[in-house]
Amino acid sequence: MKTNKIRNWLKTWDEGEFEFAINEDVVQPTTTDNAQSQDLEHPWKTRHVDKIEQKEINIFKKLYPFISTFLCLVIVGFLILTVIDLPTFGSANAPAHNEVMDRYIESGMDETGAVNVVAGVILDYRAFDTLGESHVLFTASIAVFILLLSIIDENEPSLEKEITQKDSLLRSTAFIVVPLVLIYGIYVVLGGHIGPGGGFAGGAVIGGGLILYALSYGFDTLDRIFNLKNYRIIITTALCFYSIAKCYSFFCGANHLETIFTTGTPGMIFSAGLILPLNIAVGVVVALTMYGFYSIFQRGRIG
Amino acid sequence: MLQSLWNNRVMVVAVILFAVGFTTLLLHRNLIKKIIGLNIMDTAAYLLLTSIGYIDKNKAPIIVDGVTDPSVYVNPLPAGLVLTGIVVSVSVTAVLLALTIRLYQRYHTLDLDEIYMIARNETEKKEDKK
Repeated sequence: MKTNKIRNWLKTWDEGEFEFAINEDVVQPTTTDNAQSQDLEHPWKTRHVDKIEQKEINIFKKLYPFISTFLCLVIVGFLILTVIDLPTFGSANAPAHNEVMDRYIESGMDETGAVNVVAGVILDYRAFDTLGESHVLFTASIAVFILLLSIIDENEPSLEKEITQKDSLLRSTAFIVVPLVLIYGIYVVLGGHIGPGGGFAGGAVIGGGLILYALSYGFDTLDRIFNLKNYRIIITTALCFYSIAKCYSFFCGANHLETIFTTGTPGMIFSAGLILPLNIAVGVVVALTMYGFYSIFQRGRIG
Repeated sequence: MLQSLWNNRVMVVAVILFAVGFTTLLLHRNLIKKIIGLNIMDTAAYLLLTSIGYIDKNKAPIIVDGVTDPSVYVNPLPAGLVLTGIVVSVSVTAVLLALTIRLYQRYHTLDLDEIYMIARNETEKKEDKK
């Protein structure tokens, strides 16, 4: 019901009648008296304005490239002057490498249990930052979904079918590559705290694998798992789990209580407390958002 | 001066990338090209951040064999900041592209000036009706 309402609203906006429809009902009866005088006055007015405007537009079109290039050159000049004064590239004495960095590297592994210091920073010390990032992705996917709801036209032949029916090269390549890509993505997500990787990188890899599968074999199989209902449930569960787990851990840390998530032995797969589950939550959100973006842009719906 | 510019050549490249993106954003009237320019500007910001975090001959901040000496590893903080930036730029690009598709459906052109003129004419018509 609600989606139909939004769809109708967007369609009226597309046809440019959204605001007219309201105005015409109210305004039409009152304009009958002044209609003639307005018609006499109006053409002269618009033509006059159009001439002056056309001149202004022409001047603007001539000047605009020069002014914008000049502005860019001024900005580049100032930035280059700033670069001269910046500390030398790669020097260890630069002010960016201060006590914060030392503290993160010296005690990061003991406090968070993560061998990968970057994972420890973004998912433990600055975990609310990453929570905000996941919500930015989630909000963006919702915004894209609302904007492109009415794009699909069932009567038009869709592009995806033409591609999938003919291209056997893509299909046989995807048959070999997609499982490897998905397994590699899961490996990157799960190994985020003991090596290079993490939820964002692994989620993007998994999303790429799903997109490749959808490109070569069509959406029919994926629609059974990733319909709108499941999509909503999975992403909301992941984000809620993230928020609740991190609130719990911050609450316990601030009040000096013991948490049930221990740091464990650094380097083992089940270590680093909350970092592994949070990586999985972030990876799920990123993978589903990537696939959702593709699905919405391709055919205007998920599932 | 030239010596310091040569030493900071990565940052100079970042500045040039920023300028390329900014000129693309200003000079092209096509909305898709404007979005491409914005993405190039994002890339310049990431390059600058990562180059600030780099230390010569040091390794990535993944602790090996329990060595927790800060002088061995690269600064881990800019990497986290770049990660944030990448995610935000992906989201912004997706929303901008969706908005572009809506604008194209409504006005049947991607030229920003034409869209502006059509929108102006429409509002003038609306005022005349009043």
